[in-house]
Amino acid sequence: MAELEEMMRPEEGPLSLSDAPTSEMNMIEAINDALDIMLDRDPNVVILGEDVGFFGGVFRATAGLQERHGKNRVFDTPISEGGIIGVAVGLGAYGLRPVPEIQFADYIYPGLDQLVSEAARLRYRSAGEFTAPMTVRTPFGGGIFGGQTHSQSPEALFTHVAGLKTVVPSTPADAKGLLIAAIEDDDPVIFFEPKRIYNGPFDGYYEKPARNWKTYPGGQVPEGYYTIPLGKARTVREGSAMTVLAYGTMVHVAEAVLAEKGVDAEIIDLRTLVPIDIEAVEKSVEKTGKCLVIHEATRTSGFGAELVTLVQERCFYHLEAPIERVTGFDTPYPHSLEWAYFPGPVRIGEAVDRLMREG
Amino acid sequence: MSDGPATSGKPRGNLPPLELYVPEPLYRPGDEADFSHIVIPEAGAQARPDEACEASETFPLCSDLIRVLDEEGRAVGPWDPWLDADTMRRMLRTMALTRAFDDRMTRAQRQGKTSFYVKCTGEEAVSVAAAFALAEDDMVFPSYRQQGILIARGYPLVEMCNQIYSNRADKMKGRQLPVLYSARDYGFFTISGNLATQYPQAVGWAMASAIKGDTRIAASWIGEGSSSEGDFHSGLTFAAVYHAPVVFNIVNNQWAISSFSGFAGAERATFAARAIGYGIAGLRVDGNDALAVYAATRWAANRARANKGPTLIEHFTYRAEAHSTSDDPGTYRSAHEREEWPLGDPVMRLKRHLIAIGEWSEERHAAMDLEVAGQVKDAAKEAEKNGVLGHGLHHPFETMFEDVFEELPWHLREQSEQAIRERRIKWPNWKK
Repeated sequence: MAELEEMMRPEEGPLSLSDAPTSEMNMIEAINDALDIMLDRDPNVVILGEDVGFFGGVFRATAGLQERHGKNRVFDTPISEGGIIGVAVGLGAYGLRPVPEIQFADYIYPGLDQLVSEAARLRYRSAGEFTAPMTVRTPFGGGIFGGQTHSQSPEALFTHVAGLKTVVPSTPADAKGLLIAAIEDDDPVIFFEPKRIYNGPFDGYYEKPARNWKTYPGGQVPEGYYTIPLGKARTVREGSAMTVLAYGTMVHVAEAVLAEKGVDAEIIDLRTLVPIDIEAVEKSVEKTGKCLVIHEATRTSGFGAELVTLVQERCFYHLEAPIERVTGFDTPYPHSLEWAYFPGPVRIGEAVDRLMREG
Repeated sequence: MSDGPATSGKPRGNLPPLELYVPEPLYRPGDEADFSHIVIPEAGAQARPDEACEASETFPLCSDLIRVLDEEGRAVGPWDPWLDADTMRRMLRTMALTRAFDDRMTRAQRQGKTSFYVKCTGEEAVSVAAAFALAEDDMVFPSYRQQGILIARGYPLVEMCNQIYSNRADKMKGRQLPVLYSARDYGFFTISGNLATQYPQAVGWAMASAIKGDTRIAASWIGEGSSSEGDFHSGLTFAAVYHAPVVFNIVNNQWAISSFSGFAGAERATFAARAIGYGIAGLRVDGNDALAVYAATRWAANRARANKGPTLIEHFTYRAEAHSTSDDPGTYRSAHEREEWPLGDPVMRLKRHLIAIGEWSEERHAAMDLEVAGQVKDAAKEAEKNGVLGHGLHHPFETMFEDVFEELPWHLREQSEQAIRERRIKWPNWKK
């Protein structure tokens, strides 16, 4: 909470977020709260997407919002992701602040042209005359028996695009503060919600009973309005043996595996992939001399490749071991074998062991 | 029904082999063009339903052709917008100015002053008359061939030239391909270059206007070729679902670079007929008849403004020149098509009408042509003082890193520093 404290806007609410009243929330509730607050605060915020209105979204992220804010602010759309994003570009050009939901990140591809060729470049191509101040919320990642069309992690497709910001929260408290910051941001933001941890942190041991957010500090969500700035990483745990760079679900898996192995690792939750908090990365790797990069997405040309390159380019003389990269496999996400695909404790454990043997 | 898996290569009995049909235009280079098969209904013969009518009342018009100017240059029938002579003279002048601008900029491209240009010759009425029919603060989402709208709205020609020359005064900072203008203050959305993306965007803008209880509407233009894009259909679906106050225009100029309209489905149905499937109003208009274009646009705009929803207008016209400066139509279509095109030239037709009603003359027209050519020349010369493409007078090159994001993130700052370093290595005396 100390970190949240300094990010609190002085004119908003109590001076210290650690003093602020908190509520126990899961990530869905925190996202719903953020949307509710922004609908209240800014009359230009509108929410659109498949099933987001009366029904409140297939994951319930928009539950109750249409009832509270009206059909002009929160409305269902045709099943047309290209249309949803294209319309959001137009809403933004008018001066609204659209928050479209793409029901699953796996469905975002029909909207790719509107994101890549339009939203991402509107400011640039019009030299600032038009902007796309939209935040595209979309659940991503697997581990929910979603098969190959409800499990993908396509973040690298978006980090590759000039003009898009990419955000991935890993706790309810972060999800709320980051989402509010994303909505207020005048650039287009892709807000990936790790759906495996909507209801509780997931440590990668899928056979064990699911946990909820109650026992986890990030499940205590400050009430009211606050932001967590984009582009700032979170140090989950300080340590000296190695630096772990992760985001979303994998933050929690890394935390569990390293605790189990008794390795004093420094775990950095990137929170924003573009623009990435390079200072936090450099500072940590320079301290530990070792780096492990983890993501759930497929390996080849994944965001891990970018992370490994950045660390190699900027921290090479501090490195005491080759950088390790743990990812999903280069296959579609298989339904029955999803835990064989998932970069779980065994795969991460091997990489940790290799790093610990070096230097 | 089958008792087991399908096996390939099993005997087909006497079924005929399937055949793939690939459309072929009627005329290729060297052919004599004959358009006598195109049905041109009599001007004035088309009914004009009330603007607030049920969409279905417009459906007969989707296969008809709304025409006002007849063969003698008279304005006839219920679609005659009864414009005063002054407005028609301004319309004529704007179309002539657009044509003169196109001629000069094409020449500038041939002279190496810029990389690319797109003319709208033969299609001036589609954009100019529509701009006259819309309110000046209605938002337009054009394609790259509606320069007539910018000119009709009084956007300075010199700014257009600056953009085309990509020079140091270019408001787009030299980032956009020539003719992909943006003019927010003139209600003109930034042109993409990716096709039909502006359709759902126009719908979104129109929905926002409705959400806010505004009175402004949106209008968008695409060519018939890009009506095949998914964005065309998502745009129409959203507009139909939310009753969005938007006017969709399909400029059916028969050719998408070298692909004739058959590759967009023209051999099966008119483009206006697509409105029928969405249950929205549809009009098919003689796109070379400025008064018909004006009347149809005005009808659709009034309808949208009265909360009666969107209209799809097909403008039946002909692309008289190349797609752009990058292609030679002589290599893929008959050069006779232009002369044989049965709907004539929009500038000449409006001119003829004004002369027929005693409000214009050949002498005044010739004088106007000289005057608009001079106006364009002055603007081009003025713009050339700010530089032409490739002659060094461009925006400071580090501006290429601006506007990717609102604020410059660290990685772009580093890349900008590298670009400056490269500059110094190449030109040691260069001063930033």
